[in-house]
Amino acid sequence: MTLLHIEHLTHYFGGLRAVQDFNLDLQPGELVALIGPNGAGKTTVFNLITGVYRPTEGKIIFQDQSLIGRHPYEIISRGIGRTFQSIRLFKELSVLDNVRIAHYTRAGYSPWEAILNLPHFTRQEARVCQEALELLNIFGMADLAETTSKNLPYGQQRRLEIARALATRPVLLLLDEPAAGMNPGEVEQLMETILWIRSEFKLTILLIEHQMRVVMGIAERIKVLDFGQTIAEGTPKEIQNHPRVIEAYLGEEVAA
Amino acid sequence: MKRIFWKRWGLPLILVLVFPFTIVLPKLGIINPYVNLVLKYVGINIILTVSLNLVNGYMGEFSVGHAGFMAIGAYTASLLTVWVFPHAAGPFIFPLALLAGGIAAGIAGLGIAFPSFRTRGDYLAIVTLAFGMIVKSVLENLDVVGGPRGFMGMDKLTSLAWVYICVILVIFLARNYVFSNFGRGVVSIREDETASELVSVNSRQVKVLTFVFSAFLAGIAGGLFAHELQFINPRSFTILKSTDMLVMVYLGGIGSLGGSILGATVYTLTLEGLRTVLQQLGISQEWRLVVAPLMLVLLMIFRPRGIMGLREFRFLTPHDERPEALAEHRKQIQATKRAKEVLP
Repeated sequence: MTLLHIEHLTHYFGGLRAVQDFNLDLQPGELVALIGPNGAGKTTVFNLITGVYRPTEGKIIFQDQSLIGRHPYEIISRGIGRTFQSIRLFKELSVLDNVRIAHYTRAGYSPWEAILNLPHFTRQEARVCQEALELLNIFGMADLAETTSKNLPYGQQRRLEIARALATRPVLLLLDEPAAGMNPGEVEQLMETILWIRSEFKLTILLIEHQMRVVMGIAERIKVLDFGQTIAEGTPKEIQNHPRVIEAYLGEEVAA
Repeated sequence: MKRIFWKRWGLPLILVLVFPFTIVLPKLGIINPYVNLVLKYVGINIILTVSLNLVNGYMGEFSVGHAGFMAIGAYTASLLTVWVFPHAAGPFIFPLALLAGGIAAGIAGLGIAFPSFRTRGDYLAIVTLAFGMIVKSVLENLDVVGGPRGFMGMDKLTSLAWVYICVILVIFLARNYVFSNFGRGVVSIREDETASELVSVNSRQVKVLTFVFSAFLAGIAGGLFAHELQFINPRSFTILKSTDMLVMVYLGGIGSLGGSILGATVYTLTLEGLRTVLQQLGISQEWRLVVAPLMLVLLMIFRPRGIMGLREFRFLTPHDERPEALAEHRKQIQATKRAKEVLP
């Protein structure tokens, strides 16, 4: 069964064609990378999948249901988690609250129960807190639960973003440049993390990344975009030797 | 065991024990009518400040139309007590009138909630401004409720005891809301609306809930206000009234219930205190109007987040949310489940 099926996805910003005729099929458990030079339309694809933009044309089918015209929160609660290129934590909130917010649709109580502080609310709230702390514990961040998230060091903020995305209980995780701004040591750890969460949480992962070390190291399949068009597709080996990719993007790195 | 009992029930017990004094003290004349009046104003202003803080402080939008909600609450409650309810039953039916006023204002709150799906920031502020003006104009042109002359005939039903009960209920409800996932959703919209939707927050639901809840509280305050003055007219609910609320919110501190209590109290008492001080010094009373804006200017320079900005008093934090409770919860989890260190 195909988890995510994207067909003829096209999106215009005014007259600018950001994505053109994008097709993608994701099988459960796959780890696919989306690469391409700046402005190639990679993040736009993520925004289209998660409902931030409504595509001009095309189909997005997730678990046999169309996602077109759905609100982002609906799409997220159907099982797609996402992180951001630039860190977008809720800065003034504690680490724990950042993760707890991601339980919004699974909190399991109504506004009445919350406002009147009924026992059902208290129990569910305790459960949410428990789950959030357990998740933080898995990421080795339980000790930081009460820290304001803007005070975390950079690497921890990235890690918290992934934890927060996982708190929405995704089946499919969209990672937007998770290695941005990391030093080589941190990148190494990140690759391990990604592979580890994939098996631990049984995820399918779609990854946007600029660092070739990450892409070539963990992706099973790669799609290359340039100016909104798909210019190549294949295994890391095939992509490395693909003439159009070398021309558009990898050129010197491969030559050297 | 005893300790836990006091920790949990200490505060409610104190609040219950204080309650009889709110009836007895004014009756026996131990608090003179002026002090009684000021205390009631403090209470009403606390409710208004909590109400506005939900929108301006927690959600990060900017409403300047809360006087409109207050007006709707005030008129609805007054119409009920004067025309519908029997006067003899007044004091007992009063809470129903307040509730009805709150509900009417809450429904009006939907009127702001829907535009807020599409606009935000400055533009939404303009919408709230327009809303306040519409309410005032409608009331001025409704002859049934007295038009610009205003509406009267209410009994003096707002006693210190009722204000006391309302304030405690309002703070309790608001605290529960703020410390729920809905409340965290509200704050996440302030921090980053797109990101909050992408971690599954239903931002429309949050906005509707918050505007309706906030308007409801302002409506309750309006009802109390009307039955204190026993006379209301549309000019009581102009943008100036909304400005007062804004000053109290930003003085006390955004995103904080404790701040709302402090802001409303400090502001109300300062303005009343100045009345006496200026009289003693023989200075014109108009200078009172200078002090409030001056306070605000100084505050914005030296403490832009207000007295309590984004912090909360301990007694207003639910037990499970206090640092030591969270720390214990955390230690339990760390003890039972070995931290699987993914990254060193």
